[in-house]
Amino acid sequence: MATIVDITDEKALEVKNFEFTYNGAQEPSLKNITMPIAKRSITALIGPSGCGKTTLLRSFNRMHDLYAGNRYSGSIEFEGRNILDAKEDLIKLRTNIGMIFQKPTAFPMSIFDNVAYGLRLQGIKNRSELNDRVEKALQDAAIWKEVSSRLKNDANGLSGGQQQRLCIARAIAVEPEVLLFDEPTSALDPISTQGIEKLVIELKERVSIIIVTHNMQQAARVSDYTGFMYMGELIELGVTEELFVTPKERLTEEYITGKFG
Amino acid sequence: MNPIKKRMLINRIILILSSLSALIGISFLFWILSVLIMNGVDAINWNIFTFEGAPPGYEESGLKHALIGQLIIVGVATLIGVPLGILGGTYLSEYGQKSKMAYIIRDISDIMMSAPSIVIGSFVYAIIVIPMGHFSGWAGVIALTIIMIPIILRTTDDMLQLVPSTLREAAFALGAPKYKVITSVVYRGAKVGVLTGILLGIARVAGETAPLLFTSFNDNFLNTDLNEPMASLTVTMYNYATSPYDDWQSLGWAAAFILSMFILGLNIVGRLLIMKRKGR
Amino acid sequence: MKTNILDKIFENSTRLIAFSILLIVAWIFTVLFQNSLDSMQGFGIDFITGTKWAPNLEKFGALPAIMGSVISTFLAMILAIPLAIGVAIFLSEIAPEKLKSPVGVSIELLAAIPSVIYGMWGLFYFVPIIRDIFGGLGIGMLTAGIVLAIMILPFMAAVTRDAMNTTPDILKESAYALGGTQWDVIKDIVIPYAKAGIIGSMILALGRAIGETMAVTFVMGNVHKISTDITAPATSIPVTLANEFTEADTDLYFSSLFELAFILLIISFSIISISKFYFLRKSRRA
Repeated sequence: MATIVDITDEKALEVKNFEFTYNGAQEPSLKNITMPIAKRSITALIGPSGCGKTTLLRSFNRMHDLYAGNRYSGSIEFEGRNILDAKEDLIKLRTNIGMIFQKPTAFPMSIFDNVAYGLRLQGIKNRSELNDRVEKALQDAAIWKEVSSRLKNDANGLSGGQQQRLCIARAIAVEPEVLLFDEPTSALDPISTQGIEKLVIELKERVSIIIVTHNMQQAARVSDYTGFMYMGELIELGVTEELFVTPKERLTEEYITGKFG
Repeated sequence: MNPIKKRMLINRIILILSSLSALIGISFLFWILSVLIMNGVDAINWNIFTFEGAPPGYEESGLKHALIGQLIIVGVATLIGVPLGILGGTYLSEYGQKSKMAYIIRDISDIMMSAPSIVIGSFVYAIIVIPMGHFSGWAGVIALTIIMIPIILRTTDDMLQLVPSTLREAAFALGAPKYKVITSVVYRGAKVGVLTGILLGIARVAGETAPLLFTSFNDNFLNTDLNEPMASLTVTMYNYATSPYDDWQSLGWAAAFILSMFILGLNIVGRLLIMKRKGR
Repeated sequence: MKTNILDKIFENSTRLIAFSILLIVAWIFTVLFQNSLDSMQGFGIDFITGTKWAPNLEKFGALPAIMGSVISTFLAMILAIPLAIGVAIFLSEIAPEKLKSPVGVSIELLAAIPSVIYGMWGLFYFVPIIRDIFGGLGIGMLTAGIVLAIMILPFMAAVTRDAMNTTPDILKESAYALGGTQWDVIKDIVIPYAKAGIIGSMILALGRAIGETMAVTFVMGNVHKISTDITAPATSIPVTLANEFTEADTDLYFSSLFELAFILLIISFSIISISKFYFLRKSRRA
């Protein structure tokens, strides 16, 4: 049985008895996962590759629904409802739970249009409102100064680190409740990584964050809670300092001390 | 209407329209295929393979002359075009590599692959038919060869480039001269891919009609002399189909069916070869 | 020493053959040009602007054939482009996984069927329909345009789908993650991302369509007349070549046909070059 820390604060998400099976697979890739995600805080998911951390992350905005035949069971509660319900409005869900990917994903359009994209999808057409919210999102993502003079330029002209911050700006422009980060710095250099980490920490004032990382130091630097996953199961969820200093599970200890992984 | 609902409605409409256009496109194509199969199967009988052409109304008429003519023209074009194409492709991949000249040759070959085949026919008419004074099987062979070379050349080039350079280096390290490395190691590594290219190249030229119309021309009887006009399935099909006689039209469908099955067969075998290689 | 010589022989023979491609292309241009000289000198620009094609009077004006090529290809493109884009969107974004591969492969196989078969189908099955709807003979520009559209559709759909498939999944997922619908993702991400490839594919298909002979020869009629009625018999450059090369009896007649072939070669060479060098190269870099 997994060791799960008691979270007394308000929760952003509650995963209960969650299982996930990929199309055509016999065995579920995620087994019996129960975990709370604290509101306005950062939860990191760590574990060896193939442990299911990204699969779990992509369940929160039901990204798996883009590909036919994937199956969920159990429940993930968000704002008082089970988002795994067949009646869940995925478009609305995804505007409430945003996502940042392993690689920067600047769309083939201008910097401004990239950030305005989600807003326009929501039906916002008013030019001055768009201008204001794009500027605010770019400022919050700490990239406004670098791009304010070239908002009309193609976003693909930006550097990798800038593009990733642009993607964060794009995601926060629609004011989501939760942001999912899927190894957001794995394609970036150390300096850009530092910038993104700093930004992630600032963002928890406003959104609840779940971050998947293959880098334990990164988890230790940025997160409040850390979950360790192994072979499709959540082994331990704890307050980050405690989990790294005094892990309760033997597997967690072996992993963080480098015995495997 | 709320913007999300509106977007979802538009989405649904577009998805239906797109599926519908796919359905329209595909049903047209299957219409053609079913017409081909129904008329073809109706028209096929043993006489087709044993009798040569005959005036309309004759019971004993067939496509033997066209089948054999087709085999000779496409066969000889393949015998000439394949080695030339492979050697030319070898130059691009192994010697020319990333040089400017190699890229120019690649580009020109790519254009040639899409250039109108009837223009090639006019060219061959000027250089072969006019000097010879009459249509001939050779003229048809040359026209198809010109169409075939760029196809084989480009696929060979692509397939040889896929052979890992470590394989070449290993052979060089054993002291093999370059031509040996190419003929014994690189060719072997690219065997399946080059073979697929050859099959698709044959399939492509076998269906060509326009460049044969005024090169190999036609002959309603069996002729195996390449110096004389020679029948082909495609030109025979064209002549028979545009004739007003039912029995000739039916022979035209038989020719269309045989030719299409041959070409589809080559394409399917080519695909299976590629899949098998990818599977490994 | 001996291997050294063999090495040189092998290298030089491959080089000779590869370079001969350039030679053949240059030769094709030269031969067609030289054989057109009589007609070029005889008619000058009138060859292109002349509307009268009368072999018995030794008068050759190619405008009807040129117009025929342009109009029938234009009709074909107008009909084929929306269908091809629809099929490509269906194959790359909408179709369930189980359908993608079989439908995609059958489209590719249909692209391999020789155009003469499409022409024959058009003559026997499509001409009667056009005749019933519009009256007249049922052959002409409209029929040719439709048959050409159907012939070019599989090729166009397959290459357009390939261009769309180059869009990285992660980019599409990012747009879905912002709450986009399938159509939002197609129009805002897939089409802009694959734009150069899609346009290049369309132009390549145009280049092929304009030189296509057999699909239209059956259903065009080979009548050298410019008509405002697209259901009336007409002609195009390839149709004229296919029908008249074996009939020509004078030097000037031959020369006029060669000039037509030369014009066709230049038109299609330019269209294919634009597609290959501008759009498709750009899309490969992206």
